[in-house]
Amino acid sequence: MMNNTNALSARSEIRQSNKFSHYFKTKILNNYVLYLFALPALVYIFIFNYIPIYGLQIAFKDFKTGLGIWGSPWVGFKHFSYFFQSIQFWNLIYNTIAIQLYQIIVGFPVPIILALALHYCTSQKYKKFVQTVTYAPHFISVVVMVGMILVFLSPNSGIVNTLLKYIGLEPIHFMAKPHLFKTIYVFSGVWQNAGWGSIIYIATLAGVGTEMHEAAIIDGASKLQRVWYIDIPSILPTMIVLLILNLGSLMSVGFEKTFLLQNDIVLEKSEVISTYVYKIGLLQANYSYSTAIGLFNNVINCTILLTVNKLSKKVTKLGLF
Amino acid sequence: MIFSRTSRADIAFDIIIYILLTIALLVVAYPLIFIVLASISNPDAVNSGQVVLFPKDISFESYKRIFSDVRIWIGYRNTIIYTAVGTFFNVALTLMIGYSVSRKDLVGRKLIMNVLIFTMYFGGGLIPTYILVRDLGLRNNPLVMVILGAVSVYNIIITRTFFESTISNELLEAAFIDGCGNGIFFFKIVLPLSKAIIAVLTIYYAVGHWNQFFNALIYITQKKYFPLQLYLRDILIANQMVSTDGMNDVDALIEMQRIAETIKYGVIIVSSLPMLILYPTLQRFFVKGVMIGAVKG
Repeated sequence: MMNNTNALSARSEIRQSNKFSHYFKTKILNNYVLYLFALPALVYIFIFNYIPIYGLQIAFKDFKTGLGIWGSPWVGFKHFSYFFQSIQFWNLIYNTIAIQLYQIIVGFPVPIILALALHYCTSQKYKKFVQTVTYAPHFISVVVMVGMILVFLSPNSGIVNTLLKYIGLEPIHFMAKPHLFKTIYVFSGVWQNAGWGSIIYIATLAGVGTEMHEAAIIDGASKLQRVWYIDIPSILPTMIVLLILNLGSLMSVGFEKTFLLQNDIVLEKSEVISTYVYKIGLLQANYSYSTAIGLFNNVINCTILLTVNKLSKKVTKLGLF
Repeated sequence: MIFSRTSRADIAFDIIIYILLTIALLVVAYPLIFIVLASISNPDAVNSGQVVLFPKDISFESYKRIFSDVRIWIGYRNTIIYTAVGTFFNVALTLMIGYSVSRKDLVGRKLIMNVLIFTMYFGGGLIPTYILVRDLGLRNNPLVMVILGAVSVYNIIITRTFFESTISNELLEAAFIDGCGNGIFFFKIVLPLSKAIIAVLTIYYAVGHWNQFFNALIYITQKKYFPLQLYLRDILIANQMVSTDGMNDVDALIEMQRIAETIKYGVIIVSSLPMLILYPTLQRFFVKGVMIGAVKG
């Protein structure tokens, strides 16, 4: 009996090791070319994405270039508590979240409305034309975009003030009004990206089966009813995924546009975490402090994303991962 | 009775749709058209707000100034080099790893994907990356403009999705039975079938390089390596004037002030020229990229 089981397990062990070497040979060795294909990109990702993560430890150190990342002395949470107590802290958090929320509230519905309008446009030619024009601003570089904003809003010769004068209003020096900064930032962003953002909804709408619409038409449903009962439910999953992604970046206002658009007069209302990290880190060469702020921001971002994703999964059974 | 009521509602619906679309069209198109109008109008007319719907006293003065400015040429040359070399490497790396992770029989494919996706959500951030680039000796080195951002995880994912849906298992098996190896299969069979994704990747990466500003701002301080976007910032945002030679007398200064705004409009056009020419033809590829990406999302 004993013998029998031993023999059996020994045999199965042999079979297993055979299986393993066979597996190893066919699956891994035969596919070595595939690993070679993946290698350059992986090496790249390792160097430029993972080595900086190792460098994150300087957030807990007093980094000195001469001592290097490893050699600099540990200081624990000094930089973090300094940041939390600094006068900038609440202003930075407020500006960052306010801009992003403003952006979501204004920017999120526009592509959906545009997509629905395009979807129901009865002339294919007009639809194509509107699409071509509205997608175009997406490819304008940030520098040119900000340049455009500045010339359009210029107090003397800008077209916006020219139009204001036409309708009898006083010209406004937009870029010198701190309370207008967020509005300028958000609406120019909607102008630039709403068309592009509508593509994904148009694709989803086009994928809705025609049977449902045909059945609805036979039942006498109006177009508005079809939008409400067929189209909106069908793009709901897409909307939720995009909303999660948007909320996940609640604390990450894009650096480039904010940095280029801000000036000394509107600084207080426009300084966000990413621009502050740049100024502290690279302009004042305060590496450790800047890294600590950046790390804090990144951790908050990940936490928000994971939380929103979890919540959404619970409520709607939809999520990113 | 009911029928006519619903159709009346539908007519109202259609009218609202057309109004909405026309508003969207005008709001987006007008600023773009205005830039063109202003750039070819007389600077005095632009400054005094006389250009609204039509150009006034057409003049190409601003363009003459722009093309005589050496910065525009250096910027253009540098950006073209960065874009061409950078895009080539981007596309090659992305296609290779994208194909590799699209293969279901690749052991460890999940691990590789997780290693990649992790970087989409977490990273070292500005300063640790800066220290790395500095220690690698890439600061003020034109190579940095080609190397940084060489691999976009998002693009790897759309590439993988594309390969998963176009290269069938039967094709692979048939090729293997005929004695074809992975390398030959990729270059001789997969690549010729992948023109669409190659076009999408090329365009995405090329636009990224053309518009790249952040890396240049941080890592490039020598003017001779400036990409176009940094020169554009000087001209459009920092208000540095175009063609500063012969600027010693007051008259020239006043003249420069006079045409400063018109030059900005011209510079916007000149810097976006390649895009303006290529955009209508390439538009479908941009859209295709979003569609392939959406399958995953």
